[in-house]
Amino acid sequence: MPDVAVVGFAQAPNVRSTPGTTNGVEMLVPIFAEVFERTGLSKEDIGFWCSGSSDYLAGRAFSFIAAVDAIGAFPPIHESHVEMDAAWALYEAWLKIRMGEVETALVYGFGKSSAGQLRRVLALQMDPYVVAPLWPDSVSVAGIQARLGLEAGLWSEKDLAEVAARSRADAASNPAAQFSGTAEVADLLDAPYFADPLRAHDIAPVTDGAAVLVLASAERAADLVDSPAMITGIEHRVDSPSLGVRDLTRSPSTAAAGRALDLDGVELAELHAPFTHQELILRDALGLGEQVRINPSGGVLTGNPMFSAGLARIGEAASRILDGSARKTLAHATSGPVLQQNLVATLEVLS
Amino acid sequence: MSAPELPLSAPLNVGFDYTRSVGPVLGRFVNALRERRVEGVRGSDGRVHVPPLEYDPVTAEALSEFVPVASEGEIVSWSWIAEPLDGQPLSRPFAWALVKLDGADTSILHAVDAGSPSGIHTGQRVRIRWAEETVGHIRDIAYFVPADGSDTEPTEAPPPVAKREDGAPVSVVITPIHLKYEHSASPEESRYLRGLAEGKLIGQRCPSCEKVYIPPRGACPTDGVPTTDEVELPDTGIVTTFCIVNVPFLGQKIKPPYVAAYILLDGADIAFLHLVLGCDAADVRMGMRVRAAWKPRDEWWTSLENIGHFAPTGEPDAPYESFAHHL
Ligand SMILES: [Zn+2]
Repeated sequence: MPDVAVVGFAQAPNVRSTPGTTNGVEMLVPIFAEVFERTGLSKEDIGFWCSGSSDYLAGRAFSFIAAVDAIGAFPPIHESHVEMDAAWALYEAWLKIRMGEVETALVYGFGKSSAGQLRRVLALQMDPYVVAPLWPDSVSVAGIQARLGLEAGLWSEKDLAEVAARSRADAASNPAAQFSGTAEVADLLDAPYFADPLRAHDIAPVTDGAAVLVLASAERAADLVDSPAMITGIEHRVDSPSLGVRDLTRSPSTAAAGRALDLDGVELAELHAPFTHQELILRDALGLGEQVRINPSGGVLTGNPMFSAGLARIGEAASRILDGSARKTLAHATSGPVLQQNLVATLEVLS
Repeated sequence: MSAPELPLSAPLNVGFDYTRSVGPVLGRFVNALRERRVEGVRGSDGRVHVPPLEYDPVTAEALSEFVPVASEGEIVSWSWIAEPLDGQPLSRPFAWALVKLDGADTSILHAVDAGSPSGIHTGQRVRIRWAEETVGHIRDIAYFVPADGSDTEPTEAPPPVAKREDGAPVSVVITPIHLKYEHSASPEESRYLRGLAEGKLIGQRCPSCEKVYIPPRGACPTDGVPTTDEVELPDTGIVTTFCIVNVPFLGQKIKPPYVAAYILLDGADIAFLHLVLGCDAADVRMGMRVRAAWKPRDEWWTSLENIGHFAPTGEPDAPYESFAHHL
């Protein structure tokens, strides 16, 4: 089976809101052009297209169909879609190349979170019988998770503020980040609660955005870029959708995905943690030690475009290999307010 | 040159009733709620799950041993919502909590009416406040209140579920969903819609393949580039294809039979859907020449509704070959 590499990544600026449409065309057209320029590929060279987005975010049915206009889908193309973060669309595209059906694939995700009330819309990600009809907003549900760890002594409010401060400082080197800057932990802790025990700095911002990533078989990748980022492992797992069944201070599905991979020698990790405490849960689940640099891009606490943020984590982790600054990286994507579904990938320099 | 106008946007409210069959496990749970009782289900490891699970979270085995539990229990964890959102169980500030009912081993997510964050803590005893009318739905539990406190004033929650016949077994749950959005048109669509408000039909040409689209596209579906050059089109064209609507349906504005047709305006490369009236439905045909019947000017706004319908011009039909590639 052919190995698969990431050969290109681009993302739209992460912003609080755009005047654009919910089909993402305005954000996608420029970043498609960007990855084509970087890889030297054209749309005719792409064997398979796959996207991730959500009708609930757009407020209309089959909203991903209109986004296909951004491709210029004539002559007809091979195309698919997942109603999830585009990290899972990447998984589908990875399979297509592994199966030998195509040599290249383009994966994209987009979402205009600002069109609706994000934390309320996300209630519909949860169990439709006994949870979603109560409209529990995603921030409140994550707050319940955060308190469990606080009261068990697994982390403190200061630990959480330190995650936020580090993320903001790191985002300064990420031109796509929604915001960045220096923040004193003490100042952050002076802020009022947004959803006790969570403060604003504990919560990823509402963000509009889009991302695109190009995959190629190892053989093809070597012709396209100097140092392709080989996907040496990719795994995804789910936990019970019943919130009260598992210990919410842990992420068994992330741990299981990580165990199925070889994480030895990982230099940096891009973790999809929309809440500060979730970064600590994920680090623990993946067994990432102090030597592993976490979220050098600033992570989603500095910009969390729904349905492309997970794909962007893979894109950021791949970019550190494409630009020669790392030899082995890890990327993680999640779905659900308390880390219900998790995908983990490792990326390495082509040997 | 003036600054580019912002795209048009407007509120978009989506509403529908989610109707779901419950099956034997959730069915047993909601039927018990209707009688103001709570039932859990025993998992293969002996734990009692509330709300009940259809399949064991460890072994994936189907579960069927029901266990009655108390309507009182203790708070496992909580968070505070200072400004409740539409549709939530309380309209004043409250806590979301995981509550482990006595007799259960897992916890249920629900609302607790605790007044302020100082009125709630982990381990606190709480009990169910039942809805005044129970119908077999999770919202038969209106919310929880501190077990040692007196009942709090009910707050006006939106009607959670459809009412049902007395005595009928609960086999489905119905949850109304209401979502609010601010919907934006693309810059190209906005030009077109603003044109309509002035009685103009504005299409745009793809800079690459030179096709003229009306409504214009955020990106040409052939080339993936936004359409740019503006083209004002006449209000005449042809019927490319059509159907005769004979079936009445909810919200229908015209009495059947009537004709819905694809109209290809002269000079356009894409047809759009509209009505053909002003002749017998049986006389409409492919290639028929038609002209827009505009509503009175004082009814115009940023909508294709400004054209009430298209009507035959009486000119000779366009030959099939002239529009075959637009079908
Ligand atoms: Zn074109």
